[in-house]
Amino acid sequence: MLNKFWTFLIMVAIILAFWRSQPEVITQSVLDSTSASVKYAFELIGLMAFWLGVMNVAQKAGLVDLLAKIVQPLTRHIFPSLPKDHPALGFIVLNISANILGLGNAATPFGLKAMEEMQKCNNRKDTASDAMITFLVVNTSCIVIIPATIIGIRYAAGSAAPAEIVMTTFLATCVGMISALFLDSLVRRWKNRGDRTW
Amino acid sequence: MVAVISALSDWAIPTMILLIFGAAIIRHVNIYEAFIEGAEQGFQLAVHLIPYFLAMMVAIGVFRASGAMEILTILLKPITDFLQIPSDILPLAILRPLSGGGALGVSTELINTFGPDSFIGRLASTMQGSSDTTFFVLTLYFGSVGISHYRHAMILGLAADLITFLASIFFVRLFFGY
Repeated sequence: MLNKFWTFLIMVAIILAFWRSQPEVITQSVLDSTSASVKYAFELIGLMAFWLGVMNVAQKAGLVDLLAKIVQPLTRHIFPSLPKDHPALGFIVLNISANILGLGNAATPFGLKAMEEMQKCNNRKDTASDAMITFLVVNTSCIVIIPATIIGIRYAAGSAAPAEIVMTTFLATCVGMISALFLDSLVRRWKNRGDRTW
Repeated sequence: MVAVISALSDWAIPTMILLIFGAAIIRHVNIYEAFIEGAEQGFQLAVHLIPYFLAMMVAIGVFRASGAMEILTILLKPITDFLQIPSDILPLAILRPLSGGGALGVSTELINTFGPDSFIGRLASTMQGSSDTTFFVLTLYFGSVGISHYRHAMILGLAADLITFLASIFFVRLFFGY
């Protein structure tokens, strides 16, 4: 699916640029976006190295396993396919908590570590497992308490009440996250009907 | 309320590091060696992810630069008019799951053009704050473990984005009385 979509985006863009006889916009945006992506990745290198370093200490101290055990009553229902005290659960909780608190920079390394742990008990290594899909759907539709960036932009634009959108944002994300969990469990049940081996 | 939560975010990271190192001292973990070992993994992972970032950002970049986004907005106009969604917000709704930087640019522009306390300004703020770069997150996370078959992850993620988008419109109308 990604293959088709990715190719589609680029083909449409090039054909459109030719049709408008502005081929230079393609060349320019390739230059801009390639350097932007490497810059982004370089910023991520330091953060990833630091947080995965700290997390390795946490894991060796047994904290990730402990966290997975504590949240087990909740995660057992959301991630039925993972063993009940799987280390991925600890990282999933860290990732979601960081997202809710608006600590996006810390959230990414936890999330990637969760994926790595889930991949260990995935039977088909090139295909997303049920647990991975649930995690990513929850991750991308996660509840937001403080949309810090946008509050800053509103403040800069001279808003009378920059933080007044906190409530609407919180409620919209609640609806989004609950719907995501509901849709995910619906699809999972439907796809796995009659199949008890998962 | 806002101040409390904001302070909580500031304290969260240092407190977490303190707790982790404290527990590690009690358990006699060699903290420095464990840190280096993990950091090395993090370094490799970040480098491994560069092609995924690059592929996604180039595709979205050329798509936007070519003017395809404007055409998509015109094509979707009948649907959004029927649902009484203001057409000014549509480029943001389309861009939000695809490109974090791009969406932030568009929402900043909307806030500044229409004013932060207008309907469009509040709606753009809520939408920008409530949704994530779904497409990018999926590419990155699946890419990191070498998964190429996403199954129903993409469609579910985008469906959740659509629901969040509609919920944003509903709550902004409800709270600010439009």
